[in-house]
Amino acid sequence: MRADPEHWLRVTPRGLYCPVGDFYVDPTRAVDRAVITHGHADHARRGHGAVLATRETLAIMDARLGSVQGAQPLDPGETVSLGGVTVSLHPAGHVLGSAQARLEYRGARVVVSGDFKRRTDPTCAPFEVVPCDVFVTEATFALPVFRHPDPATEMAKVLDSLALFPGRTLLLGAYSLGKAQRLIALARAAGYDAPIYVHGAVAKICALYERHGVALGDLHPVPEGNNRLAGSLVVHPPGTLGEDGPHRFADPLVAMASGWLRVRGQGWGRRADVELPLIISDHADWDELVATLADVGAPRIWITHGREDALVRQATLMGLEAKALSLIGRDEGKEDAP
Amino acid sequence: MKAFAALVDRLSTTPGREAKLILIGAYLDRAPDPDRGWGLAVLAGDLDIPRLKAAAAKALILDRVDRELFALSHAYVGDLAETVALLWPKPPVLPKPPTLSDVVEAARLLPREELMDRLTGWLDGLDATGRWALLKLLTGGIRVGASARLARAAFARWAALEGAAVEAVWFSRKPPYPALFTWASGGEAPDVENQIALRPFMLASPLEDLERARLDLAEYAVDWTGDGIRAQLVSSGGDTRIFSREGEDITRGFPDLVAALDFEGTLDGDLRLLTPEGTPAPFAALEKRLTRETVSKAMLATLPAHARLHDVLFDGGEDLRPLPFRVRRARLEAWHGASPRPHLDLSPLVGVADWETLDRLRAEGGTDGLRLKRWESPYVGGPTGDWILAKRPPLSINCLLMYAQRPARGGARPPTEVTVGVWKGADLVPLGKTIPDLTEDEGKRLTQWILDHGRERFGPVRAVDPELVMEITFESVQASPRHRAGLSLRLPRIRQIHWDMPAKNADRLETLIGLM
Repeated sequence: MRADPEHWLRVTPRGLYCPVGDFYVDPTRAVDRAVITHGHADHARRGHGAVLATRETLAIMDARLGSVQGAQPLDPGETVSLGGVTVSLHPAGHVLGSAQARLEYRGARVVVSGDFKRRTDPTCAPFEVVPCDVFVTEATFALPVFRHPDPATEMAKVLDSLALFPGRTLLLGAYSLGKAQRLIALARAAGYDAPIYVHGAVAKICALYERHGVALGDLHPVPEGNNRLAGSLVVHPPGTLGEDGPHRFADPLVAMASGWLRVRGQGWGRRADVELPLIISDHADWDELVATLADVGAPRIWITHGREDALVRQATLMGLEAKALSLIGRDEGKEDAP
Repeated sequence: MKAFAALVDRLSTTPGREAKLILIGAYLDRAPDPDRGWGLAVLAGDLDIPRLKAAAAKALILDRVDRELFALSHAYVGDLAETVALLWPKPPVLPKPPTLSDVVEAARLLPREELMDRLTGWLDGLDATGRWALLKLLTGGIRVGASARLARAAFARWAALEGAAVEAVWFSRKPPYPALFTWASGGEAPDVENQIALRPFMLASPLEDLERARLDLAEYAVDWTGDGIRAQLVSSGGDTRIFSREGEDITRGFPDLVAALDFEGTLDGDLRLLTPEGTPAPFAALEKRLTRETVSKAMLATLPAHARLHDVLFDGGEDLRPLPFRVRRARLEAWHGASPRPHLDLSPLVGVADWETLDRLRAEGGTDGLRLKRWESPYVGGPTGDWILAKRPPLSINCLLMYAQRPARGGARPPTEVTVGVWKGADLVPLGKTIPDLTEDEGKRLTQWILDHGRERFGPVRAVDPELVMEITFESVQASPRHRAGLSLRLPRIRQIHWDMPAKNADRLETLIGLM
């Protein structure tokens, strides 16, 4: 008889917990044993007793959090048994090393998506469709108004702006892990081969990406002090330039890449200080979420962080059984990277 | 349509004038004829097409998207046209997207039903930004993020023509302005069919920027500034136009005034609406005239438009601007005559012998303040120092902080915008928002206070305990049914934060009603 995943997987204050295997997936606090889907700060925390993750994710955790104790790398598709639960990791297409966690116990298969996207991204392995009985999905952009445009056309706006405003520095705000590298790769793919200036936190992760075979072209650190860099592209994590930071540059043109910028009106819509909004995200948009529900073929959908009401409705329309897990510790308001 | 949509989208997030000029120039470079002419017409506010109701777009989307998903989406986005633009499903086969000319010509010529049929195909052919611009254009809600004057300046810059020369011929041309584009590409300047032209407004400098000791009040004519808006009234060869200070053509909103104007030439005055008692109506009523497509008979009858004239620039074809104000005023008085006229009068001059009188008058006066014009000065565009504005000192009120919007980039930094309110009975009612302009120390203290007193969050906006009293200054208070308080403050600013004042000492709504 199949063991209903309701009995061996549950939501706790520390995150999603498997009592049979005694491990957590992306716990929000330090635990004895954790399976980590990817390196963003709200999924990968420090202080766990043992960590199971992809080699790339472990490298990212090493670089950002310091040496990870009890690190156990798992190659894509390789399986390991934790207390009778078979665990394997499969590419999620979110950032370098990002994975879905597949858990199988007594014939029942659960896939925890972590954060994922379906679009082509030259900086990480593409999402793998893993058939399952329960699909635990993220829902960051689970509202049908969020449909990301083609990232190449968004990046064309950046190159067009650089050409139209040769006297201004284009400051592109992007989360230092994942988004920054993807934007640089998109600029390169569009034929932009001038040096790109990167903030320290971005540079560190770029170097790590390059060590894993992702070519990002000619990168320079942002020089200290007042530098004008007119006509240049600067990639930095939002907020890192400080209050006076932008004034160090030539008539700065502030750009930002985020899926939230799709909607101009309320809440996390267009921001007053962003002159060039780019709708580029590393999370699945509505169409990708819906397609994925169909692709994985799971009759049951559990929804973690994001706006679950619309996705529950959509799953119901598709004849699936859906419920919200209400995990804590994920800040949906935060920029869509972590 | 796509290039135009991209331009409008980009302008909406671009604050700098120079950058806007460059963006519009790039559009004029790239878009074909006659599309770019129509695009320019939208920017310049010269495009006149009948409007579709936004509800029509809602009916279209409900045929295509689950009702519950639509409701969740609409609740999140807020704006109906934008919701439809974002929700519109991708068709199996992409039709060719419409050009802006396709859209404008169909909207001008086709009956509504046929236009609705076209609309579906257009929405199928466009991307989300294109659908948004299309729906906004057809439902009349398009905000282009550029003033009409800026659009004309952008054309002049792009065409390498004198701004004043473009302004002088612009208003006798019709979109999509073939003659202007011929001129731009090196052809002949278009004929001016009449004398309709917008002239640069002469502007007053704030009294506070000047040294009183150097001014001799006897050299100045003094009058009250109006409660309404500054306007230029131009009439020539049977055509009459009214322009706002911002250079927008606002003629459409004032048919009663246009009919009453029996003067060939160019006048400067303050535009307002009058109540049956003959007092100026609240600004909100005037706003309706400025934004409505058509002005109803009821609006014309209950609150007629009135121009209080205070200067004359042209008398027929004669340019009076080089003459001293003394002479211009005499010409104005001679034309107006002694008998009253409907919809028009002359701004009466106020006798002000000394600074004490001036300060007393401006503090007591019902309008924005007093305007001082040097008797011997010519009419010259822009601020010259010859006209002076003695504003009424700001009013002030003690409010409670209700909501704070945190900065986009997070971190422990002061809010970018705060909402303040006053007591109405035992409840707080929000008055409006203001951008805090605080010292670094005050900013830090406020940031910490908001952290300590935060309640629920709505996206970036946080509700706080209603305990912090802020003294808010403002220029005036007006009735406004759109606001929950039933009134709105003009130019509210934080003067001071009263850290230790008890919340119950904040002012009550009745105090503000008394100031209206």
